[in-house]
Amino acid sequence: MLNPPAPDGPASRPAAQPAQQAELSADIEDVRARTQAQLDAVRRTWLSDALAEAARAPRQAAWELYFASAGRHCGRTAASDVRVLLLHAAGAGEETLIRLYRQGTAAERAAVLRALPHLPTGATPRALPLAEDALRANDTTLVAAAVGPYAAAWLDPHAWRHAVLKCLFTGVPLDAVSGLARRARGDAELARMLRDFARERTAAGRPVPADLDRALALTDPDAPADPPEEN
Amino acid sequence: MRIFDPHIHMTSRTTDDYAAMYEAGVRALVEPSFWLGQPRTSPASFCDYFDSLLGWEPYRAAQHGIAHHCTLALNPKEAGDERCVPVLDELPRYLVKDGVVAVGEIGYDSMTPAEDTALAAQLQLAADHGLPALVHTPHRDKAAGLARTLDVLRESELPPERVVLDHLNETTVARAADSGCWMGFSIYPDTKMDEHRMVRLLRLHGTDRVLVNSAADWGRSDPLKTRAVADAMRADGFTEDDVETVLWHNPVAFYGQSGRLQLETGPPPPSTHEGNSILRGGD
Repeated sequence: MLNPPAPDGPASRPAAQPAQQAELSADIEDVRARTQAQLDAVRRTWLSDALAEAARAPRQAAWELYFASAGRHCGRTAASDVRVLLLHAAGAGEETLIRLYRQGTAAERAAVLRALPHLPTGATPRALPLAEDALRANDTTLVAAAVGPYAAAWLDPHAWRHAVLKCLFTGVPLDAVSGLARRARGDAELARMLRDFARERTAAGRPVPADLDRALALTDPDAPADPPEEN
Repeated sequence: MRIFDPHIHMTSRTTDDYAAMYEAGVRALVEPSFWLGQPRTSPASFCDYFDSLLGWEPYRAAQHGIAHHCTLALNPKEAGDERCVPVLDELPRYLVKDGVVAVGEIGYDSMTPAEDTALAAQLQLAADHGLPALVHTPHRDKAAGLARTLDVLRESELPPERVVLDHLNETTVARAADSGCWMGFSIYPDTKMDEHRMVRLLRLHGTDRVLVNSAADWGRSDPLKTRAVADAMRADGFTEDDVETVLWHNPVAFYGQSGRLQLETGPPPPSTHEGNSILRGGD
């Protein structure tokens, strides 16, 4: 059987390294503050009750109904953060995360992916099948949710390169890709894929995505690994 | 004129599309099984879909005077989901059926080991069943994907003349031509290929072993792109024979290798299909 091309480079180590800890240890308090700022008093009360219920009875169904109906109660804009807070309050484990993802709408699935950096499962590769599923999707909200800190920490080099290419392909801004500069740096295979993609677009008389040059520049071994503008 | 669309996903299209296709000259088509946008979660869901491609959809097509055939397979994306992979065990009982003219779409999406396994297994199924294979080339990293596809094809028992490499473009056509496989081009409103680029490639590479399809599906696509290519060929000075070679004789020759093409739509179908009629209203 053929093996995927996997040239060695700084990006070819799958396990989470110290440099990635910052990406994974995103602060749940930031999410909480951002959410509170978006909600009026009635919705804040609903959220407070829902979080208390999730913390009190994480093995019962009630909070999962709140997880599903977060958009109705808090508005669709805030719902993603609300769902992340609920998953965190319930201390959702691997089994729950997989079930909620599989039974979830695209918005619920995206929330599960965004919650991973705040949960113990996010420090393991066990949620990789979820990220891989989302990266097969054509729904760009799912693709964008899948290329966060968890993907930066755990996707193997081949899958990560394809995720970057898929963002360019489907119009997901590369700002959505966590750890882009760190993982792209010195990645000659990613550079090859980006150049081939630019060549294909040029041959077709179609525009090359604006983000492509930026990604290509980051593959330079001397590119800054952590430019200040990156999230 | 007669048009044979060798790759179109009619499940995603309306009866208006069927009527417009007939009006444009489409008399036969092949609908490959593919990814429905929403991932499936079990082999049973595939079986219902395959049954539809062998049952309801040919019935719908026939009501518009169009002969419908299909290709069946586990598609590359869902080959990556272990819940779907057992459908490979269901495929043999489907591949013996009359309406199935190839194994497909198979090929690569992200070039993962799971995709390697599904591709090799299904090329073997095609060889075992005396069928051609419709091989999708990946949208991302296409040139590398084609190279890897050709490696797997060389290791398979399937001869190149029984394979069509689909979704080719300017950067992959030469390698595909050298392989001896048939060459498929999907003409889209803004991605893959357009009819004018297609005509330029036909000028460069000729009409031999070339299949042109609309690949119309649930995305932004146009089921009349086969006709658009015919018109663009004429406008560029190609003869009627050239046009008919690309849009009728080539797909007939390729899928004819299955021995199962039935190009007459035959006597009018019964007015109901398992109790349902799509001839509603005042008809």
